Formats: sequence, C-alpha cells, structure tokens
Amino acid sequence: MSTVGYDLAYDGTAMLGRQLRRIRHNPGLLILTQSMPITMLLFFGYVFGSALAMPGEEYRAFLVPGLLVATAANGLMTGMFQAAQDTHRGVTDRLRTLPISRAAVPLGQALADLVVTAAGTVPVLLVGLAVGWRIKGSALQAVGAVGLLLLFRFAMTWIGILLGLASKSEEAAGQLGGATFVLPLLSNAYIPTDGLPGWLRTLAEWNPISAVTTAMRYLFGNASVPASGAWPVTHPVAGALAWCAVLVAVFLPLAVRRYADGER
Amino acid sequence: MTTTYAVLSEGLEKSFGKVHAVRGLDLAVAEGSVCGLLGPNGAGKTTVVRLLTTLLRPDAGSARIAGHDLVRDAAAVRRRIGVTGQYASVDGDLTGRENLRLFARLHRVRGPAARADELLDRFGLAEAADRPASTYSGGMRRRLDLAASLVERPEVLFLDEPTTGLDPAARNQIWAAVRGLRDEGTTVLLTTQYLEEADRLADEIALVEHGRVAQSGTPAQLKALIGSYAEVVVADADALLGAAGVLDQLTGSEPVLDRDRLTVGAVTTDPTVTLPRLVRELDAAGVALLDASLRPPTLDDVFLRLTERKELAV
Repeated sequence: MSTVGYDLAYDGTAMLGRQLRRIRHNPGLLILTQSMPITMLLFFGYVFGSALAMPGEEYRAFLVPGLLVATAANGLMTGMFQAAQDTHRGVTDRLRTLPISRAAVPLGQALADLVVTAAGTVPVLLVGLAVGWRIKGSALQAVGAVGLLLLFRFAMTWIGILLGLASKSEEAAGQLGGATFVLPLLSNAYIPTDGLPGWLRTLAEWNPISAVTTAMRYLFGNASVPASGAWPVTHPVAGALAWCAVLVAVFLPLAVRRYADGER
Repeated sequence: MTTTYAVLSEGLEKSFGKVHAVRGLDLAVAEGSVCGLLGPNGAGKTTVVRLLTTLLRPDAGSARIAGHDLVRDAAAVRRRIGVTGQYASVDGDLTGRENLRLFARLHRVRGPAARADELLDRFGLAEAADRPASTYSGGMRRRLDLAASLVERPEVLFLDEPTTGLDPAARNQIWAAVRGLRDEGTTVLLTTQYLEEADRLADEIALVEHGRVAQSGTPAQLKALIGSYAEVVVADADALLGAAGVLDQLTGSEPVLDRDRLTVGAVTTDPTVTLPRLVRELDAAGVALLDASLRPPTLDDVFLRLTERKELAV
C-alpha cells in the first residue's frame, strides 16, 4: 500500500475509534435516532395503516423498507450536526493543525456513522419481522438490499459533513437539520406515489429516497418494480446505485476540500 | 554567533472581506525563546496565530516555521508545531486520557498510551483522566489543551491567550508549564492581553496594533520606553505646585495636575526614580503628602503612548 493510502487508513481508523468512543460516552442521541424508526413503524403501521386501502399487514411490510431508507437519509442530519459541533467547538481546527491525512477526519466520521447505522438496522428488521414484514427474495438479494441501504447512508452523510463544516453555527445547523424531515415525506417511503398529482409524483419519484426504497422493496421481495413512473423507480437498483454514485462523487470531494481548506 | 529563528515572517497580510486583519506583519522569534504577542482585542493577534499555524492562508507575504515554508510546506510545519487556543480545542465528549491517546496516535508517537499517562501526570490530570473533558474546570481544560499540543514535543508551541478567563492559581500553573517548556528548549509564541503575563513569561515582546508589530523588544526595553507613572496626593491645593515642581525636576516630564482630586502625576523612564526617593524629595521640599505611588505601566498606558508618539511623528 502506498504511504498516502497507509496514512489515510491509519488516521481514518484513529478517527473512527474517536467517534465510536464518543457514542459510547453519550449514547442518548444514538438511542433516540435508532428507536425513531421502530416507533414510526408501530405508529404508522397500526394508526395510519388502518385508514389506508392496503391491508394492515401489507402496509407494514411496505413500510419497513421505506422507514429504513428514511432513517438512512437522516445521515445528512447526523453528519451535519457532528461536523458542525466539531467545527464550532474548535475540534476541527485542532485536527487541522495536525500532520495527518486531510481526508482522514471526515472519512473517520462517515465510517463510524456506517458502523452505527449497520448495528441500528438489526432491531428495525426484527420488529419488522414481528409485525408481518418478510424477506421473500433470495438471501443474496437481501444482503444486496442492506448493502444498498448502507451505501445510501454513506452518500447522505457526506452531504451532511459538507453542510456542517460550512455551517455558521451549531444552532444554524440544528435548524437546517430539523428541516430535513420533509425529505422522506416527498418520496414513496411512507405512501405509494401513484396516487399523487402528476408534477408532485415526478418530484417524489426523482427523490433519491424513492429509488433506494423501491430497490429495497424489490430486493427483499416485498413489492414488484413499478411498471410506470420516473426512470429511477422503474429501474430501481440501477437508479439507486446511480443516485448514490452521483452523491458520493459530488459531495465527498467537496467535503474533504472544505475540511482541508477551512476558511483559508 | 548567528541567531536561528524558529518563526520568521515577512510582510504577512490577511483580509476577511473588507476587514484588513493583518497588515504586513514582520516577526522574528529566536529559537528556544518565548515571544509574547501583546495587544488589545481586535489587534489581529488570533489571526496572526491562525496564519502561522497553517489554519489560514496568507494573502501576501511569507513565513518560515522551524525552517519550513508556511505555504509551500504546510505538512512539514504541522509536524513541528503544537497549537492551543480557544478555537483549537480537545474533544469534550472524550475523557482526558482518550483525548491524549488520540492525539498521540495521530502524531505517530510510539507508545501513545504511555505518553498520555506521562502528560496526565505532568499536568496534574491523572485523577480526572477518565472523566469526559467537558466536565473539567476551566484551568483543567486549558492544561489538557496544552498537554494535547505537547504529545510530540513540538519545536514551536503556539499559545493563543492561554490564561484568559482563568483564576490566579490556574494561571500560575500554565505559567509554570510554559517556563518548563522554555527550559527544555521549546520555542513558544504566545498571545496575551495582559502586560503582566508577557512581562513574566516572554524574552521578547511584540506589541501588535492594527495587524502589525508596532514595537518590539525585551520587557525591560519596552518598560523603559513607556516608563512608570508616579502619582502623589497632596493635603491641600497650595501644595500642588510644590509637588509639581519636585516631580518635574525628578522625572523631566511635564507633570499633570488634578485640582479636584489634589493629585499630581508624571511619567518617568528613569530607573533611579524609586518610591522612597520620590517620598524623600517631596518631604525635603516640604510638600504635605497624603499618598504616593509609582505605578508600572498598564497595557492602556502602553497603547496610549504608542498612539501619542505616532501622532507626534506625523
């Protein structure tokens, strides 16, 4: 391995360790964010589900992949909070005076977030199984679904890191973070999009959350691929991968550059 | 013998939009010495430190830190410096021990755990080592910050207002630590608003005003330049003129009379003017004296005098 690659791996691992240790000291936020999808699954599944045309069990099975993806989209919020906190409490600046790889700090943050997300997915899936959701596709497809979910989380986290590094204050980041809850509402995560008015349906179907959700439903065997609609939902696996690739290709370099330059 | 400079900057410039924070800063800090950047809030001290520690890129000018170019070889500079300031902080969510181990690891220190323990002992943080840094008192937090800057024994240590907001006991601990580092050969560049701090710690003081070095020298040179302020309180208005005459003769500068407070004051740069001598001479002249003081210059005096002199020069 090249020196640059070795340094990045070494420093990135050290930063990953830092983030995991922080979570161990301060598990409150983690417990809250990880219990959200379970609460929403039960609330939406039993309260809203009873008002929908779809039978309850069928809606809950529909909901499990949607909630997982909506939670993964929160990577934007948590990535932003974390980066804003480090930036405005002086941690980022101290790290920037160290002779370490410029990409290591944001990479460590994104990887730690992935570890936590992967662990947090397990209880959601277990509760899902308890309320009627099933894996109906192959094991390989199911593994692919989880992989896709983590890739999407990784992509969203980099948007968050960039916004957090560029934020004016922790409060500003908090307010912006609060606004991200609308993102999954404008998608097929909680409701099918075919009932929406034309322009709104197009908007929702081009939302990356919709492509990833549709791909998850397909890979878990919970729903077939829609016959009509925008390209990303009629070709969900390719659409989801393309979305993730575009987001990572754009936001990862921007975030690393922003970290390296600061306000230079 | 030639002097080697650990910090050498020429014509550093930095603007933020319309704010011209640093305007042609020339600074030379000899290796192994302590340099105090002294100036009021807003003088540009923090921007200078952020420039010299690679956190900001200068608009113009150049600097070498420990022999390495600040801009072209920022990575080499980062390997040789330690930075402590309000904006360069440890992680409050981690314990003191975890913080030091993390920074030691990132600096590629061999045996990061042992180095962390050594620093915790040295800075009196061993007992609090396993508490999150956010629970530390101001003084402990500052010591942890300082320890984190020292994991790899930097050649040049930058301390931005290391004692602002600390109580006297905590301040003395930081001062002792800085002296210890200087004795070990570390070059220290510290910024401060307190003349006393610069006086106690620095071998050389650079007065920073409007983003440039207005004056520099050893503490003794600067004090001689600025002088002390002798002030006497007399018993009645009739004694004012007599006291003024004595002060005039003694200090050679024009006395300032305050008829309401019955005081006469004058600046002196003569080291042989001491308080006993002042009192003796006033007594010999028959001045009815209520109080006398010989006050060392304050930062306010320093800057007042500097601005006055500049106006005279214009």
